[in-house]
Amino acid sequence: MTDSKYFTTTKKGEIFELKAELNSDKKEKKKEAVKKVIASMTVGKDVSALFPDVVNCMQTDNLELKKLVYLYLMNYAKSQPDMAIMAVNTFVKDCEDPNPLIRALAVRTMGCIRVDKITEYLCEPLRKCLKDEDPYVRKTAAVCVAKLHDINAQLVEDQGFLDTLKDLISDSNPMVVANAVAALSEIAESHPNSNLMDLNPQTMNKLLTALNECTEWGQIFILDCLANYTPRDDRESQSICERVTPRLSHANSAVVLSAVKVLMKFMEMLPKDLDYYGTLLKKLAPPLVTLLSAEPELQYVALRNINLIVQRRPEILKHEMKVFYVKYNDPIYVKLEKLDIMIRLASQANIAQVLAELKEYATEVDVDFVRKAVRAIGRCAIKVEQSAERCVSTLLDLIQTKVNYVVQEAIVVIKDIFRKYPNKYESVIATLCENLDSLDEPEARAAMIWIVGEYAERIDNADELLESFLEGFHDESTQVQLQLLTAIVKLFLKKPTETQELVQQVLSLATQDSDNPDLRDRGYIYWRLLSTDPVAAKEVVLAEKPLISEETDLIEPTLLEELICHIGTLASVYHKPPSAFVEGNHGVQHKGLPGSAGSAESESPDAVSAGAATEAPAAVIPSQGDLLGDLLNLDLTPPATTGPLPHSGGMQMGAMDLLGGGLDSLMGAGFGAPPAAMPPAFSAPVSGSLYDLFDLDNGVGMPLGSFCPPKTVWLPAMKAKGLEISGTFVRHAGVIQMEMTITNKAMSVMTGFAIQFNRNSFGLAPAGPIQVPSPLSPNQNIEVSLPLNTVGPVMKMEPLNNLQVKKTLVVFLFRQVFLATWKDIPNENESQFQIKDCHLNSDAASNKLQSINIFTIAERTVDGQDMLYQSMKLTNGIWALAELKVQAGNPNYTVSLKCRAPEVSQCVFQSYEAVLKN
Amino acid sequence: MSVSAVFVLDLKGKVLICRNYKGDVDMAEIDHFMPLLMQHEEEGLICPVVSHGNVHFMWIKHSNLFLVSTTNKNSNASLVYSFLYKLVEVFTEYFKELEEESIQDNFVVVYELLDELMDFGFPQTTDSKILQEYITQEGAKLEVAKSKVPTTVTNAVSWRSEGIKYKKNEVFIDVIESINVLVNANGSVMSSDIVGSIKLKTMLSGMPELRLGLNDRVLFALTGRDKGKTVVMEDVKFHQCVRLSRFESDRTISFIPPDGESELMSYRINTHVKPLIWIESVIEKFSHSRVEIMVKAKGQFKKQSVANNVEVRVPVPSDADSPKFKTSTGNAKYVPEKNQVVWTIKSFPGGKEFLMRAHFGLPSVENEELEGKPPITVKFEIPYFTVSGIQVRYMKIIEKSGYQALPWVRYITQSGDYQLRTNT
Repeated sequence: MTDSKYFTTTKKGEIFELKAELNSDKKEKKKEAVKKVIASMTVGKDVSALFPDVVNCMQTDNLELKKLVYLYLMNYAKSQPDMAIMAVNTFVKDCEDPNPLIRALAVRTMGCIRVDKITEYLCEPLRKCLKDEDPYVRKTAAVCVAKLHDINAQLVEDQGFLDTLKDLISDSNPMVVANAVAALSEIAESHPNSNLMDLNPQTMNKLLTALNECTEWGQIFILDCLANYTPRDDRESQSICERVTPRLSHANSAVVLSAVKVLMKFMEMLPKDLDYYGTLLKKLAPPLVTLLSAEPELQYVALRNINLIVQRRPEILKHEMKVFYVKYNDPIYVKLEKLDIMIRLASQANIAQVLAELKEYATEVDVDFVRKAVRAIGRCAIKVEQSAERCVSTLLDLIQTKVNYVVQEAIVVIKDIFRKYPNKYESVIATLCENLDSLDEPEARAAMIWIVGEYAERIDNADELLESFLEGFHDESTQVQLQLLTAIVKLFLKKPTETQELVQQVLSLATQDSDNPDLRDRGYIYWRLLSTDPVAAKEVVLAEKPLISEETDLIEPTLLEELICHIGTLASVYHKPPSAFVEGNHGVQHKGLPGSAGSAESESPDAVSAGAATEAPAAVIPSQGDLLGDLLNLDLTPPATTGPLPHSGGMQMGAMDLLGGGLDSLMGAGFGAPPAAMPPAFSAPVSGSLYDLFDLDNGVGMPLGSFCPPKTVWLPAMKAKGLEISGTFVRHAGVIQMEMTITNKAMSVMTGFAIQFNRNSFGLAPAGPIQVPSPLSPNQNIEVSLPLNTVGPVMKMEPLNNLQVKKTLVVFLFRQVFLATWKDIPNENESQFQIKDCHLNSDAASNKLQSINIFTIAERTVDGQDMLYQSMKLTNGIWALAELKVQAGNPNYTVSLKCRAPEVSQCVFQSYEAVLKN
Repeated sequence: MSVSAVFVLDLKGKVLICRNYKGDVDMAEIDHFMPLLMQHEEEGLICPVVSHGNVHFMWIKHSNLFLVSTTNKNSNASLVYSFLYKLVEVFTEYFKELEEESIQDNFVVVYELLDELMDFGFPQTTDSKILQEYITQEGAKLEVAKSKVPTTVTNAVSWRSEGIKYKKNEVFIDVIESINVLVNANGSVMSSDIVGSIKLKTMLSGMPELRLGLNDRVLFALTGRDKGKTVVMEDVKFHQCVRLSRFESDRTISFIPPDGESELMSYRINTHVKPLIWIESVIEKFSHSRVEIMVKAKGQFKKQSVANNVEVRVPVPSDADSPKFKTSTGNAKYVPEKNQVVWTIKSFPGGKEFLMRAHFGLPSVENEELEGKPPITVKFEIPYFTVSGIQVRYMKIIEKSGYQALPWVRYITQSGDYQLRTNT
């Protein structure tokens, strides 16, 4: 006889019938009825109408029946809070039952009834149960405190349950200790600021003792809790490690991973020359390898964590390549992770075998896996220089298979190999070109186009090849379009005689027929570059590219450290910061690895710049532009009235960024490790502070004194090994200053600060060295003010709205000059904007604008509209002319802007709006 | 920290039974699970973690069931998967088979177990032998057990109850070594290791203290004192009854065993042993006409030993037909649903060599589907023999009543994950 019979009654009037049965006198019948009710509940029927009848069955000495009624209560109490009170009496009574099973059951269930009214009745029974003589009841009560805290935190604090819970850490029974630790950790997690788990050496000792005696799960709770502790010195660290290492032999993978977490963290404290340090390193490898024989899901968790461990301490698993070889019957998620780790472990010593394996995988059938395997071959080539040649020939073999997606992946990685080893493997280009027609994925097409453009001089029919792509230009993805544009420009610079038509075609396609602003912008930049100065263009477009770095997709170090402290958790599986799992805004504790004793690792940010901003002298040789300008049918005659446009050769950096969207990631890698990409690159924060800058300008011109836009965080600590920088720009007495607050959020002392500005749109450069009193100890913050000047090299930044307009230098233009200039600027550079809801008359507007050095040159009235003609000049020498239409009674103004560099129009407009509305 | 709720779903994603432990994730979220899983499956990106918004599903599959846990916190993922597998283990011990029917047939006990196994997302007692002492399938028994205080649940020895009695006190020790081998198509051994396991069947009264002694070779290797002819155990895992700290300090394996069957310890040895059964294969595929297979199997172990129930599985194309076989010994059979030829040899003495030839027809129309390259797999069992040379020297059994108990030891070596890649 099985329980399934309870599921079979589905006739009408069932509820009514059940009601009758529940109220039956016969115990057996009652029990049967409750089972039927639970069965209905299980299949999702609403049986809440039976609440009073079921609760009536609660007072029984039949444990099974009691459990079923409790189960029912947990499910429906929330929907029937008033009736749930009916059950309170029985609960309270059960908490004093002579049978510990029933006491525990009652206190466990009461905690699960999330009804406010019940909680107050829960306090007394809970207090008793926490002091119960039976450990089974105590361990259940300990968890109940966490439940209650979740419902009503204040109540738990007021009742002093937290202290009782802390006392339970010293309980004689290891299971009680484990549950108390679990409950406290849970509470501490949701209230990061409560100083609940103040771990001291005494409690540590208790926990470590309990660790040897409690169940596997209890061991995990305790280990996870230990991981939050920061030892005082290396000796304490070592003694904890010694007591935790036996856990590595536990049969439960979760215990092993939690132990690994503790060891990985505490190892940081150990001096590297200590014998024990080496022993520990050796002890870690075998258990990690054994995890790979666990169930596939556990293998997956282990592999994701091994990926982190390998990045942090590659030495642990460097000899274990073999165990990561993919097996035919591994699930796909395990296969992909193993591949990742294989690449990370690849070295000169094992590369031959690894390559053989990868080649094997590349002929499998699972498309995703094969693709990743092909990519892995490319990464090996980049990582292990000695193997590059073999990798390339393996890739060529794979291309010969003509399997479409294999060929495409291969071409993508070969492009990377070219970037790493220029002028070495170009002999394969012919083979690549044969497969041009089969490429249908944007990434592969873009890579192929890049190769053709880069090596145009060695490919006889480069122009034909590129032209063939041009036919369907508008159907291509942006990636391909951008790459094609760049490639054709490169081709033109290399073989100008035959490819004029082609370059004109692509420029017009990019600038005139495209809606994509990125493409248009890049098109214009090339166009202008080519038309003004082909030598500079050559220097920019064909500049030597930085080599791409060996290790790709490494996790950013601060994040890595944090993830190491969370080994085994979801965060470490997703490789996302733990804060990503916290709902709402309550604070998160960032765990960081403790600094190693004695040797303060050089984590100081002296490598402020990414080191890639190769300074090239701004060589402007405008005289040769004419020829080219003619070629391109451009009017190059510089207007007499305005200065030369800021098209200097100093655009090196920006232009390099432009050399192919597909290369962006490579560039990122080439520019050094991410944390070093410091704020002077400023591209990220500045876009946000653009308005602030304009506000600032307003303030400067006004008598009320200078206004200082609030500081924004430029560099979060997470991204720079604990160095946080927030700052803003202000102007004091005509000098632009950068005000920064530098905070050391790392565990170790920082020294040796330096700052370097990347080239930016305004030629902003520091006027003196940065003065930071060093060392900067942990948690200390200092205010730094750095005077800036604008004599640095000017560089156009992407995106262009980073242009910060500093309207300082003022030149009056005479009326005639204004008109001439206005006419001189081509009409396509004119842009119109509306400023809405502005209630100023034209004079007031004019005055206001003058305060930020926008000067009104002429004024006239047409059809009741005041027309103001204004001019301004930016610090970087860009002129802008404006016509402001003000109609009496109409709050909407119209601004027409004309400027040689139409890119700045938007910014100028924004400053107009900001000023006029202020 | 861990789990918000646990669900048992059928293959269509219908909830069979569930338990809400924390109430911080809407129980209706589970409705998103199956569609998401199907979507991932279609994209070929199946993954043990599925997320929907800030809810994360961690799941495993067992026969026709999905066991799914939900959470919206940064849970300990390894703990969750361990727990889900533990759930399978406990249910299987209770119901023999864990499948849709057994869940329905025993829903009352399932609820009781879910209540006992986990509290507020923290796993509690998960030892099925202990659970069976106070959660039973028949209510009638429960009345008797009712008054019993579950001391074992919270004892330091949480895996063995007191008062166990046997007429004859015996321990059966099985030393089982599984050989994992991965051989490349060109015949080079890519990886090989031994996964060993010592299993106990304990039939002892009272609370006996046991001490297991292994041969010196093994123990020396563990301490790293002798680098000579030793068995280098890469990693050893013990049942929770073994005192780990004692083992760490003096290498003594001492414990109070759980009653009945259990795995006392497992170990991994990473040695380059010769693959015990070596396979050479030539698979020639003539498109549109036929496939010819020649497989040679050689026993590379002691002449005195015999491998039993040897099974060599050779992949064939899915569109192959009209099989013909010739074997020097044993039987060859075509298993079309697995696209394999299975060659079985009941008894395979060491040092011997056998041959199997197979011939298949291929249709004239080429199969368009790309096929993978499954490896040849081999299964076997060699009794009275361990590759590593591990031996049980003694098993000391001390109980306060002072009874005499007999230990029995058996050795067996078997195939684990034994794969040989092929060229085609």
